[in-house]
Amino acid sequence: MRQCLPSEFERNGLWDNGAPERHEVDLGPLDFIPPGEGRAYRVAGRTIAVFRQRDGCLFATDNCCPHRGGPLADGIVGGGVVICPLHAWKFDLHTGRCIGEDVALRTYPVRLVNGCIVVEL
Amino acid sequence: MSPRQRERLVVIGNGMAGARLVEEVLQRDAHRFAITMFGAEPYGNYNRILLSHVLNGSHRREEIFLNPLPWYAAHGITLHVGVKALYIDRARRVVVGKPLHRSAVPYALDGCDHAAAPIEAPYDRVVIATGSRPFVPPMDGMGKPGTFLFRTLDDCEHIAAYAKHCRKATVIGGGLLGLEAARGLLALGVEVTVLEALPQLMAAQLDAEAAAMLKATIERLGIRVLLQAVTTRILGEERVTGVQLQDGMILETDMLVVSAGIRPIVEIARDSGLAVERGIVCDDQMRTSDPDIFAVGECAQHRGVVYGLVDPIWDQVKTVADVLTGVKPDAVYRGSKLATTLKVLGVELVSLGTTTPVQAGDEVVVYREPSRGVYKKMLVRDNKLVGAILLGETETAGVLTQMFMLETPVPARRADLLFGTASGAPVLSVFDLPEHAQICNCNGVPKGRIKEAIQVGKCRSVAQVGAHTKAGTGCGSCKSLIAQLLEVYAGEVTEDPSEHYYVPGVPLTKPQLIAAIKEKKLKSVSAVFRELAGGKEDADSKAGLASLLKSIWPQEYEDERDARFINDRVHANIQRDGTFSVVPRIYGGVTSPAELRRIADVAEKYQVRMVKITGGQRIDLLGVKKEDLPAIWRDLGMPSGHAYTKAFRTCKSCVGTDFCRYGLGDSIALAQKIERRFQGIEAPHKLKLATAGCPRNCSEAYVKDLGAVAIEGGQWEIYLGGAAGSTVRKGDLLCTVKTHEEVLTYMGRFIQYYRENAKYMERSYSFVARLGIERLRAVLVEDREGICARLDAEIEAAVAAYRDPWATEAAHPISASQFAGPVQIDSTRAEEGM
Ligand code: SRM
Ligand SMILES: Cc1cc2nc3c(=O)[nH]c(=O)nc-3n(C[C@H](O)[C@H](O)[C@H](O)COP(=O)(O)OP(=O)(O)OC[C@H]3O[C@@H](n4cnc5c(N)ncnc54)[C@H](O)[C@@H]3O)c2cc1C
Ligand code: SF4
Ligand code: FES
Repeated sequence: MRQCLPSEFERNGLWDNGAPERHEVDLGPLDFIPPGEGRAYRVAGRTIAVFRQRDGCLFATDNCCPHRGGPLADGIVGGGVVICPLHAWKFDLHTGRCIGEDVALRTYPVRLVNGCIVVEL
Repeated sequence: MSPRQRERLVVIGNGMAGARLVEEVLQRDAHRFAITMFGAEPYGNYNRILLSHVLNGSHRREEIFLNPLPWYAAHGITLHVGVKALYIDRARRVVVGKPLHRSAVPYALDGCDHAAAPIEAPYDRVVIATGSRPFVPPMDGMGKPGTFLFRTLDDCEHIAAYAKHCRKATVIGGGLLGLEAARGLLALGVEVTVLEALPQLMAAQLDAEAAAMLKATIERLGIRVLLQAVTTRILGEERVTGVQLQDGMILETDMLVVSAGIRPIVEIARDSGLAVERGIVCDDQMRTSDPDIFAVGECAQHRGVVYGLVDPIWDQVKTVADVLTGVKPDAVYRGSKLATTLKVLGVELVSLGTTTPVQAGDEVVVYREPSRGVYKKMLVRDNKLVGAILLGETETAGVLTQMFMLETPVPARRADLLFGTASGAPVLSVFDLPEHAQICNCNGVPKGRIKEAIQVGKCRSVAQVGAHTKAGTGCGSCKSLIAQLLEVYAGEVTEDPSEHYYVPGVPLTKPQLIAAIKEKKLKSVSAVFRELAGGKEDADSKAGLASLLKSIWPQEYEDERDARFINDRVHANIQRDGTFSVVPRIYGGVTSPAELRRIADVAEKYQVRMVKITGGQRIDLLGVKKEDLPAIWRDLGMPSGHAYTKAFRTCKSCVGTDFCRYGLGDSIALAQKIERRFQGIEAPHKLKLATAGCPRNCSEAYVKDLGAVAIEGGQWEIYLGGAAGSTVRKGDLLCTVKTHEEVLTYMGRFIQYYRENAKYMERSYSFVARLGIERLRAVLVEDREGICARLDAEIEAAVAAYRDPWATEAAHPISASQFAGPVQIDSTRAEEGM
């Protein structure tokens, strides 16, 4: 039932599963994301979603919904949860766990440095 | 524990057994093992038993995935996709594999890219779950184009693609899989012949009499069946053109699918020095001859038996997971009972256990009705069911299967088991089954999980239970039991007060919420969370609150865009692949050559993937990138059709008096006035209207949220709460009026009343049915509550406040990134060209 679009696999680099070294990437100014929304970034071969909650918390996860590849950056966010825009699966942004289904999203550490979003891949 | 200190578990084979084993292990202890998997197929794990549904086109490939690739990453599992494990180096304690060539068949004996570097995975424990490969009986010519085996998703897609260009197909093998393949091919529109070497079909599951009846049933579907037909040669130079049988007979065919049984894949065990007979020899804990190496699934041999169905696998993997994680170090597997269902559309067949008496004293109960192809047989030993066949009618299959699996004593009146009780009372009450009793044998779902899906997950239909738990989505024979569970438990659900809240995150009913919002003058969604929900934001409540606030404060509402669903942030409807659709407004369905030309130009300029006439009398441009939306709107120069939001959508019309010989009223002019007036007005749910020039109702006005139908005498009837979507309902007649202006007034009044009083996402068909047309007439026509003047003024204000979002936001986006697609970031290690 759950399947990402094949192109999304390739973009997310899931074909090879060697554990890459962690490294930090600057995604640019926070202002790009309006308060309470998310935006998608293509970085190092994968597409990630960064969410800027109204309370100031930042979250980063893979953008591709494990259900059917919905773009999570387009979802509704609040209270540490994102709702996928396609079929409303919900994910806990702290852990990546799907609420009600036994799947999870990959999450990435993210923080603000001089007004810019820095994510650790 | 850091990954380094964890024990290393390597699983060879990423099919139904391998992936399920890993799930069971994680369930027991998510942190104990660092898990590495080798999977020869280039996918995550999918439900192999649904392949025949993919073949016949009833399921899309993505619908049968159980663990898609991201699942592995999300659980920290290293999956070597498309890599075949070659041997276990037991001295060095590593599993060694090599990638397969892209085009290699995963179950072939070879196919590895030998030039590639070996992939090594060190282990503490190994589980082999390599499954089996199709058996090919000796015959010349196998492998030429047009010959297929039927085991993997790729096989299935190759067969379906090739069949498109074929007239005739032949299936070798009249067993379960052969017949499923044959039925799938039939659905693809080819003539199908099944060749079976034995004197009967499904020899493993049926007695001769049932098999003969099954043959007749299969032939009635249009599939030809030849028994005792042994193929010796496949004919054809470049591709298959026919087959030759042992008796010399030649059969023309354009393609050939061989499904003549399976053989366990054991070479990895053999090459690693493990004991192998028919399968990999295992003890009662599924340990091979090396105590650190286990085997499960179709590759394993337990007490001399090699299984070919999924149900035994669920028991095997549970045992191994218990042992590996130490949850039950002495768990044992004692073998399984077999239940088989033929998943062939048009044939109902379930077979359990033994089908012919073996011991003296075995009691045989048989019912036969050849004219309807019904045959039912039961074998009872010591008052327990030891075998059964149900052909043609399988209503009692669920109950029989439970009695067979759980070894419960059968009722004295045996007939109850074959036909149900005379009184209609259940033969076996699902209520009495233990929580762990497995209801769905295909997906291994116990009663407890289904009960939970009903009580906690609020599932109300067999399909919903299936979506929630996978139960009933395999062979389907347990659906009657799921229905019984629904009956038993759905009634028991205690009411949850939050059901009456307008949105889940704010503990107030709609009237309470409106009162509080007005009293505290809350103008934004975040203000509502702050003041009425203790500061706790709730994603599920945002869109509903936004809709409500907008209708309470048409002018002063503080529009926080993050509270809107994506469609309402970018004014287009999101599609399955993340692109959007654009439906411009075409008032009353009337367009012009110039407008059509502009639409055509836009479609070409932006390479729109499809241009389609909608069911709402307008034109849809589908598959548009978010980034292109503002430019498309600008180039179209047409207002938004709001085909994406909870608002007034359209007003369809028939041609009416302008052209139609029956027309009684000018339906087009009325539709256009309605659409100009109410376009884009937000509501609890969408509003779709229509006007018809006479009661022939060509524009379906009787079944729209609001409809106006012209009748004799220059009058218009106004209908409310019609529907022809997932619910079909004829609208209720509110009143009959004379002029277009009166129609507009009553419609506006109703729309405002609906905006104020309906629940969020309540369509007019539920709202009108809930209140009753008499009550609505009293309020909206007779003005019993004295609110008509206010309703008229409020809707007028909403109309006046309306701005076309396309025109305004194409020129002035709300934020710089409102329409941005994924942003490309060049990191130092960014991959080429991405
Ligand atoms: C485009 C269109 C199909 C078409 O190609 O013709 C369509 C497309 C969708 N309809 Fe529809 N409906 C379309 C006419 C209809 C009609 C016929 C009509 O409008 O006269 C109906 C029956 C009338 C009705 O509304 O009930 C209809 C009943 C539904 C329903 C069932 C609503 C219900 O409560 O019964 C849904 C689901 C929902 O709203 O929750 C739905 C939902 C959808 C959605 C928006 C699903 C979604 O959320 O993504 C579809 C968007 C597909 C996409 O990828 O863009 N669509 N849909 C039609 C657009 C009409 C237009 O010009 O605006
Ligand atoms: C069309 C069809 C319909 C079926 N219908 C039913 C049904 O209705 N009910 C039922 O109970 N059963 C049914 N079955 C049988 C059921 O699918 C199997 O019993 C089940 O899939 C066996 O699981 P497994 O994990 O042992 O093998 P598989 O599911 O075949 O998984 C084994 C996996 O291991 C991979 N592999 C093999 N060797 C290696 C290696 N050396 N390295 C890496 N990977 C390797 C294989 O490529 C494969 O992906 C059906 C089967 C088919 C083909
Ligand atoms: S009927 Fe409507 S909702 Fe269903 S697939 Fe078609 S367009 Fe989508
Ligand atoms: S794709 Fe279906 S919920 Fe995300």
